[in-house]
Amino acid sequence: MVRLITHNMLACHVKNCTKDNFPLAFSEVELVIRPAPENLDFIQRFLPKLDWSALVDTARSLGDETLPEQMPEQWSEDQLKALHHVLMEMHVEEGNMTCRGCGHVYPISNGIPNMLLAEHEVGR
Amino acid sequence: MSRPEEISPPEIFYGDVEATKYTSNTRVKSIQAQMTRRALELLALPDDETAFVLDIGCGSGLSGELLDEEGHVWVGVDIAPSMLEVALEREVEGDLFLHDIGQGFGFRPGTFDGAISISVIQWLLNADSSTHSPPQRLNKFFTTLHSSLKNPSRAIFQFYPSSDDQVSMIVTAAQKAGFGGGLVIDYPNSKKARKMYLCLMVGQQEIPKALDGTEMDIDENNKLGMEKRREEIRNERKRRKDSSSSNKKGKRSNKDVVDPKEWIMKKKELYRSRGKEGVPRDSKYTARKRKTYF
Repeated sequence: MVRLITHNMLACHVKNCTKDNFPLAFSEVELVIRPAPENLDFIQRFLPKLDWSALVDTARSLGDETLPEQMPEQWSEDQLKALHHVLMEMHVEEGNMTCRGCGHVYPISNGIPNMLLAEHEVGR
Repeated sequence: MSRPEEISPPEIFYGDVEATKYTSNTRVKSIQAQMTRRALELLALPDDETAFVLDIGCGSGLSGELLDEEGHVWVGVDIAPSMLEVALEREVEGDLFLHDIGQGFGFRPGTFDGAISISVIQWLLNADSSTHSPPQRLNKFFTTLHSSLKNPSRAIFQFYPSSDDQVSMIVTAAQKAGFGGGLVIDYPNSKKARKMYLCLMVGQQEIPKALDGTEMDIDENNKLGMEKRREEIRNERKRRKDSSSSNKKGKRSNKDVVDPKEWIMKKKELYRSRGKEGVPRDSKYTARKRKTYF
């Protein structure tokens, strides 16, 4: 159940991995769309937290082309709905998330990503 | 009262059997719900607004269900796969992560509007493998949590410490990470209903009131103590900087020669402020000269 809203907040936390550690790249993805109740107000308030280019890239890698390249200045309702669909309704059930900086792979199984690190990867 | 954290590590203790037992037990359920409600109350998120909340040690999603009810969007992390399995079966709304909180979070700065954690952080105080060091894990946990919360926001932890040492260890680790706030003890005089909440705050905020009368004195002292201690740490750093710069000149005036007792007390105070374990108590024997035996 990795939604893109969470994925957009997630960086690699391996020790000394500070470059290119965001966003994690999806691979071998199994995507499920689950309708969620719309809460456009929340989405609107969430906008400043989003990393737009990362979101657009990830959405495109998952085959969703509805988002514009640049973050719109003025949001129409349709645009917000499209964003809602991308953020809240796209769930990644199976696959891998790979850090582009250090290459650590976080496997997703059953909708739950495994974020556990090996001992030598834990920062102090 | 039995302490599960003394039996085995969390990911093993909450295996398939224990996970289903835990989630189907109505007593556990009602207590968890009650504590979650109280934690949410202490969290004081703005009314009628959906917030993005982190549930630390979400387990089977008992607390998450309440977050769903309140209409919040949440992310849950837990180290026990079996518990997460149960959470999946129960079809909670939040995103679930298999994550060891002692390894720190990877969330981007300012992500969450708040964090709650019900009966979890006492587990961090156990060293379950030879490479685990509780103070280090606490530090990592609190620093990464601090950065992933937005300013201003709060993090509420309900926990069951087994001793006062554990409380002070957790509190000092949280302060070191930059959190303000302190303990809120509900029903301090009742044996059963007594519940401890650690209210941590990012940014300047007022500490919430405990239920049933007043906040315990200990809290006030703690809070003031914290401020004082933090001040001391700051001073200590400055003093060291000053002294190192003066040492460079290679001069040592008479003023620098201090009373040994004073010096030892200062050292002890410093170690305590750094949260070092096993600093001896102060007594009338402290720094007393030993008899010479021949």
